[in-house]
Amino acid sequence: MISTIDFKKPDSLGFYGGFGGAFVPELLRQNLTSLEEAFREAKQDDAFHSSFQRLLKDYVGRPSPLYFSNYLSETYGAKIYLKREDLNHTGSHKINNALGQILLAQRMQKRQIIAETGAGQHGVATATACALLNMECIVFMGEKDMERQAPNVQRMRMLGAKVIAATSGSKTLKDATNEAIRYWINHPDAYYLIGSVVGPHPYPEMVAYFQSVISHEIQTQLLAAEGTETPSKVIACVGGGSNAAGAFHHFYDSSAQLIAVEAAGMGVDTGQSAATSALGVNGVLHGSMTLLMQDDDGQVVEPYSISAGLDYPGIGPEHAHAILSQRTKAINITDTEAVAAAFELTRNEGIIPALESAHAIAALKKTKFQPDEIVVVNLSGRGDKDMSTYIKHHESIS
Amino acid sequence: MNPFRKNHKQLSIFVTAGYPELNSLPDQIGYLEQRGVDFIEVGVPFSDPMADGPTIQKSSEIALKNGMTVSLLFDQIALVNAKVPLIIMSYFNPILHFGIERFLKRCQEARVSHVIVPDISLEVYEKLYRSDFEQYGVTLCFLITPRTSSSRVEKMSQLSSNGFLYLVSSNMTTGNTGKSLRVSDEELSRIRSAAGDTPLMIGFGIKTKADVAEVHRKADGAIIGSAYIKALAEGKSEDFISSVLAPEPQNP
Ligand SMILES: Cc1ncc(COP(=O)(O)O)c(C=O)c1O
Repeated sequence: MISTIDFKKPDSLGFYGGFGGAFVPELLRQNLTSLEEAFREAKQDDAFHSSFQRLLKDYVGRPSPLYFSNYLSETYGAKIYLKREDLNHTGSHKINNALGQILLAQRMQKRQIIAETGAGQHGVATATACALLNMECIVFMGEKDMERQAPNVQRMRMLGAKVIAATSGSKTLKDATNEAIRYWINHPDAYYLIGSVVGPHPYPEMVAYFQSVISHEIQTQLLAAEGTETPSKVIACVGGGSNAAGAFHHFYDSSAQLIAVEAAGMGVDTGQSAATSALGVNGVLHGSMTLLMQDDDGQVVEPYSISAGLDYPGIGPEHAHAILSQRTKAINITDTEAVAAAFELTRNEGIIPALESAHAIAALKKTKFQPDEIVVVNLSGRGDKDMSTYIKHHESIS
Repeated sequence: MNPFRKNHKQLSIFVTAGYPELNSLPDQIGYLEQRGVDFIEVGVPFSDPMADGPTIQKSSEIALKNGMTVSLLFDQIALVNAKVPLIIMSYFNPILHFGIERFLKRCQEARVSHVIVPDISLEVYEKLYRSDFEQYGVTLCFLITPRTSSSRVEKMSQLSSNGFLYLVSSNMTTGNTGKSLRVSDEELSRIRSAAGDTPLMIGFGIKTKADVAEVHRKADGAIIGSAYIKALAEGKSEDFISSVLAPEPQNP
């Protein structure tokens, strides 16, 4: 048995089992050491916590509702709740982490914030946090993602951020992350605000920590609604895995089954996929050891998903470890299944989910349930940013 | 015995294996050796080179399109029988995927005794890979920066004592423009004394004869990467080598 503690807290070098660590050039060593020290101090500081909690409550609008869905419950034969991260300010879970880290950046007296973004939700959350605290903001975004998530590019710009197109490789999240890391090497005084549980230690631990508010609230809300803190299943989509890390965090040492939903793209075996745990093997990307999609020569494969937020060839080391040690179950959902689930939820519950979150909803169809089991699906974000994709699909079927 | 020496004013050139043509490497090594370059760094192209600027990114991309692989690199090295030391520089993932022991064994067979892996940190090396490297007699030459603490430099210099320490002259990705040697004399003397007997080479952003001369006044050797790759791309590599190898003009 692997100690459950392993999933929540890495060892002193940042390893979750065999995954994680800090595989970075010496150029970033000092930055990561200072960051880790600042994070440890902040965690011990009541004033830091109260600033963070105040922002989560009054600015983000937390706690986000835990909504019992009659439609999903009847359709799939279980008690199905949606954790409504889509109702957060800026429209997704990404704001939780952005605010936690911006407060840390402020403590470290940083003036310039850099971030990578895929769907643009983390970029918008970071630009928002920077507007709030009056910091300079630069967001790196793949050129392809700037097209498919255009409304978020406009939001970032209105918020005062500079958006820089990443034009290398697949022109998506992976490449935006490379550009952000290179910028950080060249500008070590900047604060790099990573948007998921990826990257070198201490990022995966830190981002999971700031997102863990999700599972903490689920416990309280379920206790009130059902008389138990613990659902039988928690389902969340995984790009890098920050919303899943947040939704799973306090349930690792419970009986809850944890289900991570990856993007199969056109299908796992089509060569057009982002189902990392199905297709990846041990590798190092963006500073951590993880499961990584790569070819026979150890070159990183360009992933594909309709969803810009899930279009990433790696996965957070916490999830790599939890999936391989069978604490978390990974499944995958195709583009078509995700879009169908988005329409189903929209027509029957009046909730337009983000394409990423639609993958988690689609997982319901692929999971067997006992009639009274309690299931929580993390609805990580809303679909405003995806309207052009949804409209295209809608026109093609009507 | 360490082939790199202190106070010997060495010059090294970095080439991306598989660039500009898939089979360019053997001729390039032969040429650079004949021109009197002291050692040659052979770069394994990687899809996501995080410490590299646009020039080396581009050469890596082309090398990968050409079909360069780790295995082919060893085959090509075997063809040349180089007399100067060859150092393999690779991001960690291609090595990890090839198999660490298999990689080190191929290094040993190819008489490559030194490798640079920019994304293996001191801590990770000591904990996970040191024993493998030592078993095959391959030295990992660590990167250091002006911000690396003296105690870390000391540890790294012991681990790299059969090779050298690679001082990145300031916080930047390769090929960055601007002043090449941004490390102050004070920082440099702190680093030199922490490095002890381990030779200190300076690289990243070295572009001209003047840069090389300045490095030679301050450290044991200079490493040129992007500037050479750029000259190759422009078809001016021979002129470039002539210019950096030219004797230093005497001050009047
Ligand atoms: C709504 C939403 N959900 C999920 C994700 C995927 O990120 P993660 O796996 O870190 O939660 C994104 C990323 O952009 C997102 O915008």
